[in-house]
Amino acid sequence: MNDKPRSTEEFLKGLWNENPVFVAVLGMCPALAVTNSAINALAMGLATTFVLVFSSLLVSLFRNIIPKQVRITAFIIIIATFVTVVDFLLAAITPVIHKELGAFIALIVVNCLILGRQEAFASKNKVGLALADGLGMSLGFTFALLCIGVIREVLGNGSLFNISLFGDNFEPWVIMILPPGGFFALGFLLLFFNWFIQRRKKQNETKTQEI
Amino acid sequence: MSEEKQYTDPAANFTDEKEPSSLKLIFALGIAGFLSGILLVSAYLYTLPMIEANKAAALQKAIFKVLPGCHSFQSLALIDGELMEESELGEVTGKQQKKGEAPKKIFAGFDDQGKFIGFAIPGSEPGFQDIIGAIYGYDATKNMIIGFEVLESKETPGLGDKIFKDPDFQSNFASLETEPDILAVKKGKKVNPNEVETITGATISSKAVVRLLNKSLKEWKLPVSEYLRKNNMDLTNNLKK
Repeated sequence: MNDKPRSTEEFLKGLWNENPVFVAVLGMCPALAVTNSAINALAMGLATTFVLVFSSLLVSLFRNIIPKQVRITAFIIIIATFVTVVDFLLAAITPVIHKELGAFIALIVVNCLILGRQEAFASKNKVGLALADGLGMSLGFTFALLCIGVIREVLGNGSLFNISLFGDNFEPWVIMILPPGGFFALGFLLLFFNWFIQRRKKQNETKTQEI
Repeated sequence: MSEEKQYTDPAANFTDEKEPSSLKLIFALGIAGFLSGILLVSAYLYTLPMIEANKAAALQKAIFKVLPGCHSFQSLALIDGELMEESELGEVTGKQQKKGEAPKKIFAGFDDQGKFIGFAIPGSEPGFQDIIGAIYGYDATKNMIIGFEVLESKETPGLGDKIFKDPDFQSNFASLETEPDILAVKKGKKVNPNEVETITGATISSKAVVRLLNKSLKEWKLPVSEYLRKNNMDLTNNLKK
């Protein structure tokens, strides 16, 4: 009955230590393409969350039924189904965001983060753990996208969630909401994360040496 | 060396198990596809009315926007080169539907006294990324464009999307003459009333909008003027009111 802390652990690892964008560097396509504003990044993150959690649930439920030889195909069918559902739902509920995200919603199907979690985790673990893992990973993904989106919107448009921050005197750095801005923001965030991880590693080393 | 061994193809673990027959694999995928199909159809049917309502609301909002002062509008459909009111359409649609093609539609707008203002005409044209779908207000008596609104576009955020976000660009279409053809000029170079100032950094998108207007006007001017002639009585009546 050691299941509870284990699932918390699986949930937390996706948020920070194994963050899909900043540590594993997965799902770069949406992380760069639709993070030109905070609201787009959030919507993309939540859409991915929906797909990943439900796909993990189903894959984990059917993990003993799906023949191993066709498992990838089966995963893709499951993922694609939920992606299409999300596409319909977004068009029905928030047509504006659906318009902004455009083709990138359909492209969630090929987000390697999702297929990767099915193959590496959900297809080998119990439903509870798979759900915790999916939720943690996708929230980590949403968090990462939101970080990039906030930086790019604040610098590139002088606003946050469409609320103007600096008044009219601010000259926005248009490049930040253009594709190169995605690379700049992501690059600096990766730099920060790696610096942070290295620093912690060093601290741990010195600690163990002291002991 | 041990690192190399760490990665083994997951499928390789099962080679010693009995290989399931192809039929079984096909069956499993068939079931998966079938269930997925059911889920998709129900999601589609569930969201369809909402999506349609959103589209209709967006279109309606756009019509009111491109025809300033518009209070109500009437849909007109183009059938065999002739514009028909939707009420007259009943008898004709049967024929049309058999052809499998929905008739193209434009909208005639009236102000709160029932006075005719102009037509709202939808059109589309390839832009920088994808098709730009737009609607514009056309005052047929003055031969002028009186409003413009983008319905669908995937233009570059921050540059191309200024065709619907930049008020400067939008102001080009408050009163734009359409004879001779509309021309795209650089920002600040507008002299004639038939010129549109393009957006710096989004020339392709701006030019696509101009192309859209010219093409669409060419297509619609004739049926529109014929419709006006046919309904001249109605129009003058409206004007007298």
